[in-house]
Formats: sequence, C-alpha cells, structure tokens
Amino acid sequence: MSAIPRTAEATSAPQGRGGLAQSVTDSLTIAQRNLIRMVRIPEVLIFGLVQPIMFVVLFSYVFGGSIRIPGAGTSAQQYREFLMAGIFAQTVTFATAGASAGIAEDMHKGLVDRFRSLPMARGAVLTGRTIADLVQTALTLIVLAAVALIVGWRAHDGIWRALAGFGLLLLLGYAFTWIGALIGLSVRTPEAATSGGLIWLFPLTFISVAFVPSENMPAFLRHIAEWNPFSATVVACRDLFGNFPPHYRLPDAWPMQHPVLASVIWSLVIIAVFRVLSVRKYRSATV
Amino acid sequence: MPGAIHAEGLVKTFGEVRALDGVDLDVPEGTVLGLLGPNGAGKTTAVRVLTTLLEPDAGTAVVAGIDVCENPTAVRRSIGLSGQFAAVDEYLTGRENLRMVGRLYQMPAREAKRRADELLERFDLAHAGDRTAKTYSGGMRRRLDLAAALVVRPPVMFMDEPTTGLDPRNRQSLWEVIEDLVAGGTTLLLTTQYLEEADRLAHDIAVVDHGRVIARGTSDQLKARTGGERIEVVVHDPAHIPVARAVLDRHGHTGGGEGCTVEQHTRKLTVPVTGGAKLLAEVIRELDAEGIEIDDIGLRRPTLDDVFISLTGHATEPGDEPAAGTAGGAAHDAATGAGGTGTEEDDR
Repeated sequence: MSAIPRTAEATSAPQGRGGLAQSVTDSLTIAQRNLIRMVRIPEVLIFGLVQPIMFVVLFSYVFGGSIRIPGAGTSAQQYREFLMAGIFAQTVTFATAGASAGIAEDMHKGLVDRFRSLPMARGAVLTGRTIADLVQTALTLIVLAAVALIVGWRAHDGIWRALAGFGLLLLLGYAFTWIGALIGLSVRTPEAATSGGLIWLFPLTFISVAFVPSENMPAFLRHIAEWNPFSATVVACRDLFGNFPPHYRLPDAWPMQHPVLASVIWSLVIIAVFRVLSVRKYRSATV
Repeated sequence: MPGAIHAEGLVKTFGEVRALDGVDLDVPEGTVLGLLGPNGAGKTTAVRVLTTLLEPDAGTAVVAGIDVCENPTAVRRSIGLSGQFAAVDEYLTGRENLRMVGRLYQMPAREAKRRADELLERFDLAHAGDRTAKTYSGGMRRRLDLAAALVVRPPVMFMDEPTTGLDPRNRQSLWEVIEDLVAGGTTLLLTTQYLEEADRLAHDIAVVDHGRVIARGTSDQLKARTGGERIEVVVHDPAHIPVARAVLDRHGHTGGGEGCTVEQHTRKLTVPVTGGAKLLAEVIRELDAEGIEIDDIGLRRPTLDDVFISLTGHATEPGDEPAAGTAGGAAHDAATGAGGTGTEEDDR
C-alpha cells in the first residue's frame, strides 16, 4: 500500500449546481447503478417474466373457455383479447415489489446512509431507482407483448393507439414503484419488503375489471372494482387496443366511461402523493 | 477557536432511550478523537448526528465550520463517512462504486474516473478494480468503503468502528491507512470498542456510556486512571504464594504505592508493573530459580472492561443496568468483544 502523498490538500466537494439540473444528473447516476445491477442479476428480470407468461397461458387456455364476457359469448379467442390488457397492467404493477425490496436492501446494507451523507439531490436515490424500474418494466412489457401476439392477441386500432396504451401502462407502473419506494423505506428487512410489496397487489388487481367484467360482482365489490385505479388503465388499454367485444357495454362509473383520462389522473395523483411521502421518509431514514 | 468538529449538549432520544444525553465534543483540526464505548453507548448516534443523518433533539454541532442542522448540504461536501458496515454496492465493481460516489459528490465525470483509479491504486485494490465487490474479502470491502469516503479528500472524516469484524492482519493494514490519512492533515472522529485501537490511532479519547461522555483524555491519562500494566501469576502450590509474592514485590512499581495483591482461592497474584515484556521474562526466570511451579503467567494491560470498571464502577456486562432492552443486548456484545481483546493482550 503506497503512502498517501503528504501534499494531498484536503478539499471539500465542488458546489453542486443545485436545483433541477443536479436532481436530474444525480437521479441518472443512481438509475445507471440500478441498471448495472439489473444486468448483473438477470434472474430478477427473468423471474419477473415467468409469472405474467404463466398467467397468459393459465387464463387463456385454462379459464378462457369458461369465462363469459357480455357481448362475446364464450369464445376463447375473444376472452384472450379481453384478458391481455389485464395481464399487462398486472405485470407493470408488480414492479412495486422490486422497488420496495431494492430500497429495503439498500437501507439494510448501509448504502442509504452513505447516500444520505453525500451532497446529492434529496430525491435522487428514489427517483433513480424508479427510473431503472421503469426501464425494466418496459423490457418486460416488450417480451410479454411478443408472447401475447403468439397466443393470438392483436391491437386492432393502429400503432399510435397501441403505443398510447403502452404509455399508460408504463405511467401506471412508474406510479406504483413510488408506492414500492415508500414500502421499502418503511419495513425493517428486505424479506418483509418483498412480501409487503407484493401481497396487497393481489386483491388490488383481482378486485378490478382486469380478468372478469365487474357486472357479476356484488355491488360493494363492483364499486371498488370500477373506481380501482388499476381498472381505469385496463379499460383504457382495451379501448386503445380495440380489444372489447363488439357489443360490450361499459359500466356507468365515471372512470369506466372516461378510462384514458381516469388512468392518467390516477397515475399522476399516485406519483405526487407517494413521491412526497417517500422523499420525506427517506430524509429521516433509519434502519 | 472551536475545532473542526465541535458539539455542545447533544441530546437524542429514541422513545424511552436517551441515546445521547448531553454530549460535548471538540476535535481540533488535524487531530483524531476516539469515541470509546460499548455498543449502545451512543457512539453511532453521535456519528449520525455529526454527519447530518440524524437531527438532534437539542444541542448544536458544527463540522468544518458549518452548522450541521442549519446547512446539512454544505457539511456533506466537507465530510467523508465510513460506517459500521462496508456500504458498497456488491454488484458494482470497485471502480464503478468509487466513480458513482465521485459523481454524487458532484465531481465532473472525468475527474471522478481519475480519482477512482487513484484510490484503487492507493488502497491496493487496483488488481480487483474491475471485479464486483461481491467477490471481495471482508478486508477489501472495508478498504473500498474507506476509499469511497475519501473520494473528495474531505477535511473531516468520520469512521464508525472501522475495524470491527476484521481479522488482525486486515485490522493492522487498515490502521496504517488511517495513520497515513491523519498524517496528511485530516481531522478524524473514530468510534471503537477497542482500547487498543483508540490507543494506537487517537490523540484524545472520549469514553462514552449511556449517552454521556464519562471521561476524556489521552490514552496514557486514561490508562493511568485504570491502573496501567500488571503481571498476573497463578502458582500451582498454595504454599509457594509467600515466596512468589516476595519476587513480585521486588519488581512491582512503587509509584502507586499498591503492592502485590493475592487471591488465595485462585492462587493468583497480581502486581502493577511498568517494565513490560522484558520485566515479565525476568520475573519468570526468578520464579523458576526459586523453584516455584507456575500454572499461568501473563502481562495484562488495561482492557476496555478495566477502563469501564474504574470509570463507572460497573462492568460492561448485561443485566447490571436496567436500561432499555436494546442497550442491554448491545452491552453484552461489547463485553464479549472486550474479553477477546484482553485475551489477545495476554498472549503477547
């Protein structure tokens, strides 16, 4: 080990640029770090794909023939088209668990302490994480869309409307990673973060119009399903992909009648609320 | 003039536990303060307050001339922190870890890159710079963590138990790195459970217990209060105790006035000395010449436990203090750690 030159003058870190510019570069530095991790631990991405692909197969071929959609009879092909937006949306929301586990692990390993002792932008550790998760979600969606095409799903209303649908899905996924960030900062162990980031997603995604229409649910659940932020995105995507059966009648609830707008509003509200809560929690984070 | 680190009346409570109960500290520029105490004493909490990770409930702290509570971001530009766990991303390479930290210290990309290479070289990690930190040994991770804390050559450094969990060889090499660093003019606050470590690295030592500084001074001053070195002998035959005592009394140092003490039931004789290992060899020869059979003999230097017993009247044992559950459990760890140090010293 070579001796430290005695001439080494102590210097403080340069004055940051502050403001938005610094937030952006710091966030990108952290996003880059998380993307490198993603490449080095490909299992995470691979296992993230197994579950939605399994759901595509199970719902299409096991339940598909038996689930009746109003206006479509029991055609398995039409159920597959109806189903796919639900699977897409469920997949993007599952990014939550990755974010919460990742952030809990950073807390546990002392990395959050290191970051908090650096003169970096306050929200950057979380923003960087959510950006990296967004990239991962996008990759997952591409693979899943390919699988969906293989089993016969099509977007019927043109490429732009299809891309708009995927845009809404990514926005929803991004919003949910902020919920994941808050969970990751709130639990004590990475293990708790993994289950804590996942468990509540099951009722959320099943009490919705993702897999079955809401009209046969009890009134109480039907209202939840129709106002569920998750449902708005699913219905918006079905609409944009042209995946509704010809004579399908949408529920009267406002988000079901204006699904695209409802989806955007819900996602933006979730981002605004959970970003504020997460950054506040981060600033006082202790293991 | 206040030092590079200056704290007055720091208080921090977690529920019922007063982790910091009015701590005053002053570390003059270019010196090393060792915060010595068992786990749960409040050392880490003090470091967390001084490094802006935790806001104190009361009191003030100024680091590198900047108030910690008023302008935490400016403080962060002037400090390096090496925490209790090697806080490196194990899926990033050593080089990537250091570059990331450099970027987050707001260094331009090219400078961060250059500095990363420089630090890898200096910390003997150049050969492993492109391997992920996951493949590093414990000592290498510690060095990488320390390198990360030094990316901007901060004028003030904080190290929280930098050598806990390291084997003796790695501990030794980390001490050398820290000594080099201090020789370069860095102000350092270091926490440790090991008196030996504070002894070697720190100019001044503050002993912390239950969130308070209970003693401060140089290592020699603290040792003097604790009783200094002593030779312990266990004789095989109780009948030999008087002769052994006479031998030991000849060599015991006269300054303190206390001579040889004897524990009859364990056949153990203890005498304060000043001559170190050389004297020990002499005593062994003389006891041998008198035909005294020895079961055990050793030179004992004060351990953290000794310092604690002499300063507080209580050992760092669990259960002797009705403090909160966490503090009790932590104290147990500290007792184990200190015991280990004692054994090491005896072996020399």
